[in-house]
This record gives sequence, C-alpha cells and structure tokens, in this order.
Amino acid sequence: MSQDYTPVLIQIVIASGFAVATLIASVMLGKRAMRNTVKDSAYECGMNPTGEGQARFSVKFYLVAMLFVLFDIEVVFLYPWAVVFRENVANAPVYFWGMLGFVFVLFIAYLYALKKGALEWKS
Amino acid sequence: MLNLAAIDLVSLGISTAKIIGLVFLTILPMVAYSVWAERRVSALIQDRIGPNRVGWAGLLQPIADGLKFILKEDFTPKHVRTGYYWLAPALTMVPALMTCAVLPFGSTLFGEKMVIADLDVGPLFVFAIASLSVYGIVLAGWASNSKYPFLGGVRATSQMISYEISLGLSVIPLFMIYGHLNLGKIVQYQAENGWALLPLWGESLQNWNWLLVIPVFISFIVFVTSMFAETNRLPFDLPECETELVAGYHTEYSSMKFALFFLGEYAAMIIGSGLAVTLFLGGWSLPFGWLTHAAGSDVPFWHGLVHIGVFLAKVVVFILFFIVVRWTLPRFRYDQLMRLGWVFFFEIALANIVITALILWLVTGPLNKEETEAPAEPTPAAQVSSIEQGMFDEPTLLVRETSTFRIQASSF
Repeated sequence: MSQDYTPVLIQIVIASGFAVATLIASVMLGKRAMRNTVKDSAYECGMNPTGEGQARFSVKFYLVAMLFVLFDIEVVFLYPWAVVFRENVANAPVYFWGMLGFVFVLFIAYLYALKKGALEWKS
Repeated sequence: MLNLAAIDLVSLGISTAKIIGLVFLTILPMVAYSVWAERRVSALIQDRIGPNRVGWAGLLQPIADGLKFILKEDFTPKHVRTGYYWLAPALTMVPALMTCAVLPFGSTLFGEKMVIADLDVGPLFVFAIASLSVYGIVLAGWASNSKYPFLGGVRATSQMISYEISLGLSVIPLFMIYGHLNLGKIVQYQAENGWALLPLWGESLQNWNWLLVIPVFISFIVFVTSMFAETNRLPFDLPECETELVAGYHTEYSSMKFALFFLGEYAAMIIGSGLAVTLFLGGWSLPFGWLTHAAGSDVPFWHGLVHIGVFLAKVVVFILFFIVVRWTLPRFRYDQLMRLGWVFFFEIALANIVITALILWLVTGPLNKEETEAPAEPTPAAQVSSIEQGMFDEPTLLVRETSTFRIQASSF
C-alpha cells in the first residue's frame, strides 16, 4: 500500500527541489539588487503609499470560508457513496433514498444560508 | 511508516525517470510554449503580429524569457514579510507540479504503466493537492504588505475555495458511472466502452446506458467552467484584473519569484486540462476502440507511443480552447462570479447527482431486466466457440478478427 505512494514522495522532493533551485539560481545569477527609498515603498501606482498595507475587507469573505468548510465536507462524504452506488442500487434502493435524504438535509442548510443573504454580494 | 529497505532501486529509478520525463520534458516545455501560443493567438485575434523576432516565428521567445527571468535583479522590497514572501511562489508552484503524479498520460511503454503513481484515490489526490496552492496565493497577498496584492489574495482565495465545491460536486456523477476512483482504470473503461462524452461503442450502447451522456454533459460544462475559475483565467481572473488591482497578488513580485507564479498558473491549467481529458474524453485512448488492448495485456511499442501522443494532442486542444475563451468572453463582476459558483453551479451539480442516480437505478434495474428477458445475444466467447464449429458466416468472422478488441465484439 505505502509502496504506491513512494513515487508521490519522489515527486514532492523533485518539485520542491526545482522550486528551491530556481529561487537560488535567481539570487546567484541575477543582477545585484540596488536599493533606494522609492523602490522599497509599496506599489500604489506611483503615488506615495498611504495608510496601512492591509486594508479592512468585507466580513463576507469569512462567511464564504466557513460555508466552504461545511459544503466541502459534504462533497467528500458523497465520494465513497458514489463509488459503490452502481453495483448496489438495483438490489438495495436504500442506496438512492439514503443519499437523497442526506443531500436534502444539506440543501435545507444551503437554503438557510441563501435566505440569510450569506451569498449575496451586491448589497 | 515507509519501510525504506523494501524499496528496490529499480522501481525507484523508473519512477524518477517517469517524473523527469513528464515534469521536465513535457509539462515545463508545454508551459513555456503555451505562453508562446497564448501570445501568438492573442495577437492573431487582435490583429497584431505577436512575438516573432527570437527564432523562427518567435519559437525561441520562451527560452529568452526564461533566461531573462533568471538574470533579472532579484529584489525583495523592505516592507514585505520576507520569509513568507519567499515561501509563497514555491507554495504555488509545487502543488501544481505534484498533481500530475496520478494522471495516466499513456497506456504502457516497455511494460511500464505510463503513470507516475497508480493510486486508487486519483481524483481525491488531485483535489487535495490542488487546493494547497490557495495557501501560496493567500500568503503572497498577505506577505506583500501592500494594498493591491492583499485585495487580490483575498479575492483569489474566496474564489478558489468557492469553485472547489462545484468542481468536486461536478465529478461525482462520473465516479457513480465508473464505480472507482483509479484514473488508469477509468481511462481503460472508456477505451473499451465509449468515452464519457462520446458513448458510441461498447457497453455504452447497451441497456440504455447512452442516457448517461446527459448528466455527463452537464458535469462537463460545470467542471470546465469551475476549472477556469480555479486557475484564475479569464473570464474569472478577478484576483488579478489589471484595471482594478494592477496585477493582484503578485504585484510586488519580480524576477524568478514572479516567474514561479506564472509557471504554477500555467502548470495548473495544463494539469486541469489533463484531468478533464482523462475523465470526460477518454484520456490516452483513440475513439471506437482503435489500438485498444485489454488491461494487463501486451501493448506494442508504437501503440504505446501513439497513446502518449493522443493524450498530449487532446491536452493541447484543450489549452487552445482556454486561450480562445480568454479573448472571447469579458470579465465577470465579483458578485456575478460568486452567484454563479454558489447558486447556479452548486444547485445544478447537486441536481445532476440526483439525475445520474435515477438514470443509473433505471439502467441497472428495470431497463436492464427488459433487456435480459429478450432473447439473449450470444456472448463473444460463445460466438468464438461456435465459429470453431463452423456454424456462423461472415459478420461473426469479422468479430473473430478483432477479438482482442472486446469492444467491437460486443457492439456487433
């Protein structure tokens, strides 16, 4: 079992090695960086930077992140069911009705989020 | 725990050769030349000439660009959070290169399966690793400590995680149809029984199985559109839309660090195309079971090469599709983007799963029984044995000639 994952491990090592190597090559081969005050300031279309680097942003982004966790777990739960569905449904219709119940419960949660305006970006 | 002593050096060498062959000799050149193709096609569409100076028709342009990236001044501004600033480009590129490990890019060559890691959880692996690249982007936005990158990073994160849901939901109907998550077996099944989007041969023609093309088509639309959003391509390139955010999360980046973002984005696009080709368009297989061999049987050398060529050709067509779409559709507004992902695609994908479940239930249940009550067709094995008895004439002889192709045998 773990043998199957050995190539994945090699792939991780090679991919990260490649990233590190290119970054190092860029430092070694690239022109020496020259510093000055203007170059060190944040890019704001040529104007002097004003205020903090991190502006405040809408709470909606947090809501989306939370809803994502919720519904992504639903997606993950559906995968094992999807794989065994075809060979079993003819003899055991519970495979169909059981999933329908599960999706229905989550769909109610989704409708609630929708009604609350959690996914409404216009306002 | 991995037992290091148990890993033999031969398989280690083969895996390394496959990784180098796929990543460094295929994907990275493809990245370079899809940038070139993008610039040339954009120029063509906008009635310009595009890069045509370096080499014939500008073919050496990507190499010149790469050299320039390496030789550029490597500058880290003072206002950034240095450690994370350096980590972010690597974190965007490494997952993009890792996901190709499970893609079957050919059948077999020299008796070796043409896939780096033949995992039974292929698509799950792809989704798990691909979502890691969100970290690179959000870190880039935060570490830059500047307004435009920050807004770009926040937008990108929320867009990518939103579309991950519809991406994950849209492929569930396919796994219901195939019955497992091994990408190699999925391609083999499609080679023998019809591609998901082109069920014109094999089992797909029997028992009303062709009905499944309806949910598969809906899945395909949702999957491809979500893929555009996942890879931050137009019409969904809100995280880096030039008119509002300069360059989004990589505004403060330059030289090779910027190139790594670029590389990661294009690699993600190529691997996304590869996944779409594998799931919906039969991966390395040719249509109608041409040059198809049963799983585990010997594949002649040149058939193996043709299979790799077919896979790459399909991916290239997909990338050209990406490029043409970029210059065809205008950018969405942010509320439209979120509405499309969360409202339309989420609901369509959920409904699609129920439709697939219903069709599969009908196909394996009631419709299948009608079929079995009708006079049963002789199985290929029975046909072959009756040929040996000299009872059948011409049409079945045709079957015998192609008896290695199970597909054609059953579709006659």
